[in-house]
Amino acid sequence: MTVASETTRATAVLTDMWRIRLFEEAVEDLYGRGMMHGTMHLSIGQEAVPVGASLCLEDGDVITCTHRGHGHTIARGADLGRMMAELLGRENGYCKGRGGSMHIADVATGNLGANGIVAGGLPIAAGAALSQKMRGTDRVTLCVHGDGAVGEGAWHEAMVLASMWDLPVVFLCENNQYGMSLPSLAAYRVEKLSDKAAGYGMPGETVDGNDVDAVAAAVGRAVERARAGQGPSFVDAVTYRWRGHSKSDKNLYRSKDEIAEWRDKDPIARYSGQVLEAGVLTAADLDAIQAAVRQEIRDAVVFGTRGAEPTVESMLAGVYAPVDEQGAEDRA
Amino acid sequence: MSEMRTMTYAEAVREAMAIAMEADERVFLMGEDVGIYGGAFGVENDLYERFGTERVRDTTISELGIVGMGVGAALTGMRPIVEIQFSDFTAQAMDQIVNQAAKIHFMVGGQASVPLVIRAPGGSGTGAAAQHSQSLEAWFAHVPGLKVVMPSNATDAGALLLAALEDPNPVIVLEHKLLYKQSFAVPATFPKARLGEGRIEREGSDLTIVATSVEVQRSLEAAEQLAAQGISAEVIDPRTIRPLDTELILSSVEKTGRVLLVQEAVKFGGFMSEVSATITESRAFGALQAPVRRLCGLDTPIPYNPKLERASVPQVDDIVREAAALVREW
Repeated sequence: MTVASETTRATAVLTDMWRIRLFEEAVEDLYGRGMMHGTMHLSIGQEAVPVGASLCLEDGDVITCTHRGHGHTIARGADLGRMMAELLGRENGYCKGRGGSMHIADVATGNLGANGIVAGGLPIAAGAALSQKMRGTDRVTLCVHGDGAVGEGAWHEAMVLASMWDLPVVFLCENNQYGMSLPSLAAYRVEKLSDKAAGYGMPGETVDGNDVDAVAAAVGRAVERARAGQGPSFVDAVTYRWRGHSKSDKNLYRSKDEIAEWRDKDPIARYSGQVLEAGVLTAADLDAIQAAVRQEIRDAVVFGTRGAEPTVESMLAGVYAPVDEQGAEDRA
Repeated sequence: MSEMRTMTYAEAVREAMAIAMEADERVFLMGEDVGIYGGAFGVENDLYERFGTERVRDTTISELGIVGMGVGAALTGMRPIVEIQFSDFTAQAMDQIVNQAAKIHFMVGGQASVPLVIRAPGGSGTGAAAQHSQSLEAWFAHVPGLKVVMPSNATDAGALLLAALEDPNPVIVLEHKLLYKQSFAVPATFPKARLGEGRIEREGSDLTIVATSVEVQRSLEAAEQLAAQGISAEVIDPRTIRPLDTELILSSVEKTGRVLLVQEAVKFGGFMSEVSATITESRAFGALQAPVRRLCGLDTPIPYNPKLERASVPQVDDIVREAAALVREW
C-alpha cells in the first residue's frame, strides 16, 4: 500500500469510527435531555467491527444487522441527518419516523435494516444471498448478529441452509460477550464461538473485534470465499459494549473493573495510536478528523430536529405496498 | 366464455406455479419435499423435473429458516413461493411471518417491499389430529401488513395464487387439504383475479351464507338442500379474508336480512367474528331481521377419532339446520 492510500484509508477508518461514537453520544445526550423518546441500543466501544467489516464490502453487497445497528448503518455510508431524523421520529428520517433506532434501513446502500428480533436477520440474510446466487451475481451478504443470537433457532436454521446451498453469506458475530445480561461463553460451552462453525461445515474464525485491521482481514477472507462461490463463513469478532444493553440496564451483571478494562482497549484510541506511530497521520490530522465529524453531527441534529412530524394519514398509507394494477395488467 | 376443463384443486395450484415460473424467472419455489417427493400432498408432482432443482428447491425441515429466506429473497428482487407443508407448522415460522415479512415495508418507511407468497394447507378431515388439522387464518388476518387468501375451488386456487404472485406484499395462501383431490370445472385459462374481491357463488333471497374454504363447498351443497325446502340461500365466498370485500357482504345482507357465517376454525376470536362485527356496525344493521349467527368449529383441538373429527367442524347438515332455523324462527 502506498503512503497516500494508507493515509486515505486511515482517514476513512477514523472518520467512520468517530461518526459512530459521536453520533451515539449525541443520541444519548438528546435522550438525556428528553428530546428523544423510546429506547436505544448503543454500540460505543464496538466501532472497529462495523468499520473493519465495511472495508471488505463493495457496491451491490447487502447487509442485515442487529438492534444495535447504528454503527453498521453509518459504516455503509448512511446519511447522518436522515438517521438522526429517524431517531427523532421525523418524516424526513430514513423510515419516515415509523421505524426508529431498531429498524433503521438504507436499502439504497444494500442495508436491509436493523432488526428488533434477535437472530431475525439471519434467515433474511441467507435469503438475500440465495437471491444473489440465483441472479448470477458475484455479490455477497454480510449478516451481522450478536452473540445472543447464537442461542436462537433462527441462527441454526440459517447456518444449515446457507451451508447446504453454498450461499455467498458471511455470518459476522459482533460478540460483545453478553446476551443482555447472560455471559455468552458461559452459556454456549465452547472455548470460542467460532468452534461452532465446524458443525455447519463452514470455516470459522475468532478475531480481536477491537482491532479494525484484524476484523477487516478475517471478514475479507470470508467475503473473498463467498464471492468465489465457495459458500458461507463464520467470523466471531470479540468486542465489548461500554454502555448498558439499553436504557433499562443497571449493569448488575458485570463489574466496574471489567468495564474499565475494556475502556482501556478503546478501538479508536488504539487505531489512532497505530497510525500516529506509523506516521500515516499526524496529531493535527487526528484533531481535524474529529472536528469535522463533530460538525457533521451538529448538522445532523439540526436536520433531524427541523424535520416535520409524520401524519397519521401517511402512516396508514404505508402499511401495504401499493398494488400496481397497470403493471400487473401489462405482465399478464 | 372460454372452454371448460376438469382439473383438481392440487393440479390448479401446480399449473399456476408453472405459469408463473415460465412467465417470470424471478419466481421460484422452496419447501420441504417439494422436489422428487412431489410435495406431501402431491401438489408439486413433476414440477422439479420441469423447472430443475434450482427453482424447485427442497429444503431442510426448517420452517422459520425457509420463510426468512423467502423474505430475504423477496427483498432483493426475487418472487419466492414458500410452501409450508401443513399450515400448523407456520407456528414454527411466526417470527418471520409476523415480525419480519408483515412489517418490513412499514418499518423501513416504504424503502422496500416483501413480495413473498406463503402457501400452506389447513383444515381437518384427514385423520391427522390436532397438530396437522387447524384453521389458523385469524392469526394472520389479525396482522396489518399481511394479505390472507383462502381459495375454495380449483379456479380460485390457480387465479388467486397468480394474483398473490403479482402483489408486492406478503400473501398467505391457505389451501385446504380436503379440496386438493377434488375435481372442478375450470376455464382453459385462469381468469384475472384481484385480492380483496369476493364472489357470490349462488344467488338467493331469504338469507346470506358467508363461508370460507371448504365450507363454501359445504354451503353450496346445503343451499341445494335448502332450496328443496323452499329456502333461497345466497352463498358468498370472500376468497380473500384480508383485504375483505366488505361491500359485497353488506349489500347481500341488506337484500336478504339474514346472515349465517360459516367457518371451520373455532368460533372464539375467529374471522367470522370480524365479519359479524362488520355487519352489525354497518348500515346493514337496520336491514337485519334476525341476529347474525356464526356456525364454526367446536372449541376444541381437532381430535383423532373420525366421528369426533367430523363433529368438530360444520358439515352440510349443520349448515342446513342452522340456515333453516334462522329463516323459520325469525
